[in-house]
Amino acid sequence: MIKRLCTALFVGLAFTISHAAAQLEVTLNPTNFEPTPVAIPTFEAIGVDPAIAEEISEIVRNDLLSTGLFTITPESAHIQKDVNIEVAPRFADWKIIKSDALVVGSVESVVRDGNELLRGSVRLWDVYGEELMRFEDESGRQVSGRRFLTNPEDLRRIAHKISDAIYTRLTGETGYFDTRIVYIAETGPKDRRTKRLAIMDADGANVQYLTSGRFTVLTPRFSPEAQQITYMSYENQMPRVYLYDLRRGRQEVLGNFQNMTFAPRFSRDGGSVLLTQATNGNSDIYIMDLQTRQSRRLTDHPAIDTSPSMSPDGREIVFNSDRGGSPQLYIMNTDGTPRTCPSGGRDVACRITFGAGRYSTPVWSPRGDLIAFTKQARGKFHIGVIGTDGDGERLLTEAYLDEGPDWSPNGRVITFFREAAPGASPGLWSVDLTGRNLRRLPTPTDASDPAWSPLLQ
Amino acid sequence: MRRLMMTSASLALIIGAAACTSTPPPEPEVVEVEQPAPPPPPPPPVEVVEVEPAEPIPNGPVEGSVADFQVNVGDRVYFDLDQYRLSADAQSVLQRQAAWLSSYPDVNILVAGNCDERGTREYNLALGERRASVVKDYLVDLGVDPARIQTVSYGKERPIAIGSDEQAWAQNRNGFTQILSGAVG
Repeated sequence: MIKRLCTALFVGLAFTISHAAAQLEVTLNPTNFEPTPVAIPTFEAIGVDPAIAEEISEIVRNDLLSTGLFTITPESAHIQKDVNIEVAPRFADWKIIKSDALVVGSVESVVRDGNELLRGSVRLWDVYGEELMRFEDESGRQVSGRRFLTNPEDLRRIAHKISDAIYTRLTGETGYFDTRIVYIAETGPKDRRTKRLAIMDADGANVQYLTSGRFTVLTPRFSPEAQQITYMSYENQMPRVYLYDLRRGRQEVLGNFQNMTFAPRFSRDGGSVLLTQATNGNSDIYIMDLQTRQSRRLTDHPAIDTSPSMSPDGREIVFNSDRGGSPQLYIMNTDGTPRTCPSGGRDVACRITFGAGRYSTPVWSPRGDLIAFTKQARGKFHIGVIGTDGDGERLLTEAYLDEGPDWSPNGRVITFFREAAPGASPGLWSVDLTGRNLRRLPTPTDASDPAWSPLLQ
Repeated sequence: MRRLMMTSASLALIIGAAACTSTPPPEPEVVEVEQPAPPPPPPPPVEVVEVEPAEPIPNGPVEGSVADFQVNVGDRVYFDLDQYRLSADAQSVLQRQAAWLSSYPDVNILVAGNCDERGTREYNLALGERRASVVKDYLVDLGVDPARIQTVSYGKERPIAIGSDEQAWAQNRNGFTQILSGAVG
């Protein structure tokens, strides 16, 4: 299903590179933040319909704009109309319209083994430094530009790859545009709701439905390593955790649990799934190895223990428990050994949330330093983040219902779902880790439970 | 149908007249007589049947039916916010459920635990399972065979009241006993 995108080095072009002392760099510091102006003239069409080049250029502009880190200089203001990927630009023309960076690209048709392919090429210029900004390729080499080759129907992916390359070069962070989001598509009245598993590109394009809607499905999560999704389904009136293989388009019940299983989430290496099994009124957390299909019980407590999420190094698990009397976040060692709690004392599980309110759905950041959560306080819901030791809680959003955060693969952006007001339609949103750039993600139907894929290959 | 014939009476008169007179008897006159319409048949006898009045419409559903359980017993118990403890009202409903189930031993049930929308999906799935389990345990304590009781949690996914206010939330925090099989009718 997923076509591999061919990446190729940008070679064979001679450039004279001037080495400036300080290069353009976009800082992600939340204080005194000013978006960086970038100019992206429509890419040159070489042997392809100019509409294709226009479409790719527009996707790149929208990707960069969606980060909140950049503004795009309107094309009508551009002075130099003859930019060419082979030639250095007239920097003065771009300085005068105050573009810090200039993206120059081309789209061409390439025939390989009798197949017509599409190739997108891009270079990035530091306007004020008057120099080419080199990229680092997948093998760590410095290259003067990036070039991506794929089937013509995957032109959006060429655009997202270009956006990721530019974002990475300007911010120093891994990109997240060539990714997908799995979510629950909702239709019908509230008391007879149809909930289907759906998947789309991270910018909302290419929505596909993976289940028919006959059975309610909930809480899908992407494997951080593979084209797999785990989710909960009420298929055959047996609520269980399922595993969906996107390459094969097949699903299976995960494990041989006797009772309801729910709240699944992959370990960071993708090799295991953490989940909850509820037995006779008591929910506890289990981990299942996807290779051996052996499961191991991680919590054994009469309170509710659910919503587990593993640290990137695999050593710790944050989860939701009401063992203290209300839903709060706790951290335990994956091997179950006691730990020294930030609040003092030693215990197998340490509470890390002490603010006024109820905390749930913790999700460990891919960077490891933060945990995103849902918080309920004073009749409102929030998405927030907190340090793994319970310090530095920050609430990023507030609404009638904000629920279910998940991280972009680079750990910069959080997606979640919101019902803005009582009875309002739920939809998907994203917010920057700093609380800036709150945006709605377009979906054709009501939507909930978004989860981000890893960066595609 | 119309017939032409002599009546037997007129025939006797003709014969008698001929016997008493010497004059040759006149040619018998054939009189066409129109037969009068037959009398209408007697009205059919009044048929006397055993008139059994239909059963009066019962004041409520048939005993042992799903409707009987819903109307006369009660199929939902309600919980306080974030609670799974059974209130006195809930206990009396469950006592009626247990008594009814002992009268209809073929009935199997599904107890669903439901939550209001003011919690996260995953936590509410756990809470709903706990509510369903509490209902089941109470029924089992009252003598209902646990093999007759299945449980499921729908968390906050199956509200019965679609509003978003305290009243709707209170209705949506419930344990719902659904009859799966074995009811009358």
